Amino acid sequence: MNTVTLGSLLASPHPVADFSNDNGWIWLLKAVGIVVFLLVSVLFALWFERRLVARMQLRPGPNWHGPAGAWQSFADAGKLLLKEDMTVKAADKVVYHVAPLISVTCALLIYAVIPFGPEVSIFGVVTPLQLTDFSGGVLYILGVTALGVYGIVLGGWSSGSTYPLLGAVRSTAQIISYELSMSLALIAVVIMSGSMSTSAIVEAQAQFWWAVTLFPAFVLYVISMVGETNRLPFDLPEAEGELVSGFMTEYSSMKFAWFFLAEYINMLNVSAVATTLFLGGWRAPWPLSAINDGMFNTGWWPVLWFVVKVWMFMFLFVWIRGSLLRFRYDQFMKFGWKVLIPIGLVFVVGVATIQVLRLELEGVDLRTPLMIGAGVVVVLAVLSLFLPERKEPEPELSEPEPFDAFAGGYPVPPLPGQVLPPSPRAARRAAAQEAAAEPGTVAVLEAEEAPQDEAGQTPETKESDDV
Amino acid sequence: MTNPYVPILILGGVALVLALGGLGASAIIGPKRYNRAKLDAYECGIEPTPHAVGGGRFPIKYYLVAMTFIVFDIEVVFLYQWAVNFSELALFGFVATMLFLVVITVPYLYEWRRGGFEWA
Repeated sequence: MNTVTLGSLLASPHPVADFSNDNGWIWLLKAVGIVVFLLVSVLFALWFERRLVARMQLRPGPNWHGPAGAWQSFADAGKLLLKEDMTVKAADKVVYHVAPLISVTCALLIYAVIPFGPEVSIFGVVTPLQLTDFSGGVLYILGVTALGVYGIVLGGWSSGSTYPLLGAVRSTAQIISYELSMSLALIAVVIMSGSMSTSAIVEAQAQFWWAVTLFPAFVLYVISMVGETNRLPFDLPEAEGELVSGFMTEYSSMKFAWFFLAEYINMLNVSAVATTLFLGGWRAPWPLSAINDGMFNTGWWPVLWFVVKVWMFMFLFVWIRGSLLRFRYDQFMKFGWKVLIPIGLVFVVGVATIQVLRLELEGVDLRTPLMIGAGVVVVLAVLSLFLPERKEPEPELSEPEPFDAFAGGYPVPPLPGQVLPPSPRAARRAAAQEAAAEPGTVAVLEAEEAPQDEAGQTPETKESDDV
Repeated sequence: MTNPYVPILILGGVALVLALGGLGASAIIGPKRYNRAKLDAYECGIEPTPHAVGGGRFPIKYYLVAMTFIVFDIEVVFLYQWAVNFSELALFGFVATMLFLVVITVPYLYEWRRGGFEWA
């Protein structure tokens, strides 16, 4: 096959990173490093989110403990550690204790295949900044994410209480629905990279980030990742007004802390996956990558780009939380099953069609027809804006029946179709306007209003008193 | 070539040690002042109805979502195998996968038309 025209298609399905120098101690060092990185990131994320949301709502946020309130998260973690660990009476004891462990362990496992950078020398051993990689990296990520759902559903079920059960089934339905659109978005990346290994996918993005070339898949992934992590506007499992605290309601102390930690680590996980699969992973952004023959893509520099990209997504999470309202559950499921999944399927079919045409019609220039096709789609989309909207037939308004708000002894609001009688003041004003329209009765009106003004109040001040 | 799955076991071990350590620490240093009311479920002091464990019931809709999810998840897993070997399978793989997609999409549309995705 021609490697010149099909460069991106012919990447090896096997990992690019070379782990042959690793030994047990390096593995342990990397594993501890990942866990420490995640814990510190979560503590920082708690503070970051509170401060940022506070600024978006024009209030200061935590600013008392430490510089800019940075020790607030430590105080919270310490508080949870010092709280009493209770097991409710109705709980299924074994499952109740195991559920938070499943949640937090699965959340911590995702970073095993995320590349932080290229090869560096750690204590004289040359090794990639990545714990491990294999030819099924993306499947591993999806699989471990799905395992994490067990923590939620078992925790909610085993609490022996109504709110956690409802929160758990809601949460599970939500996560599995959005996992589908997420995996559909990732298929396009795998087709283009020709590999499921994360280091090979990063390698395939040396020229273009998939976020640029596969933009619809990127948008689909970003929407699904918010749904997947139960964050606003999709935080239905914890809709406080309806379900108290969802599946975590009956948990306290460190068990609650582990669920909470797993939620924040999952945010970091999906951000890292988005970075690796769509934003070129640890590769420096374009103008920087050209400096000094790719100096910023070697050594420890890539860790900086990786962390910056991940925190861009974390900022997006907080920004969305500060801006949007919660969905209603039926709207949410409808959005997932009727909008995101069809879009994902159509996009996969589109990418596959174009790629297979490129394979089969080698040497034929496909750019011109593709550009013409894209132009036609854009023109049609613009034209569709000018189509007259189909008017809904106006509901026929019947004469509103008289409605007595106090019929039952206490005031009730009017139902649709019922109209409140005008208030006494509105009735007076309407009568006055009617009278003013007939010039013959002006004198009578003024005579009526005069006694009210004698009390020294103008009509305006009287109105404000009424309010 | 070292086994690439061993480091995952090591990371899993570290994560589990952390998780168990946290629970152990809170069990040791946390206060233990039990009373009966504290151990009741969060339900205004009465027993939750219906009792969740054993007889816990929730809307049948969730089963429908779960079954549809399994169908689609299997579809997606098959699509990954095809996506990795896209250039080797070429036109044959493309046509076969499109036929597979049609087989999955027809029941999907059927469920859609029959109101399987309606929650109201």
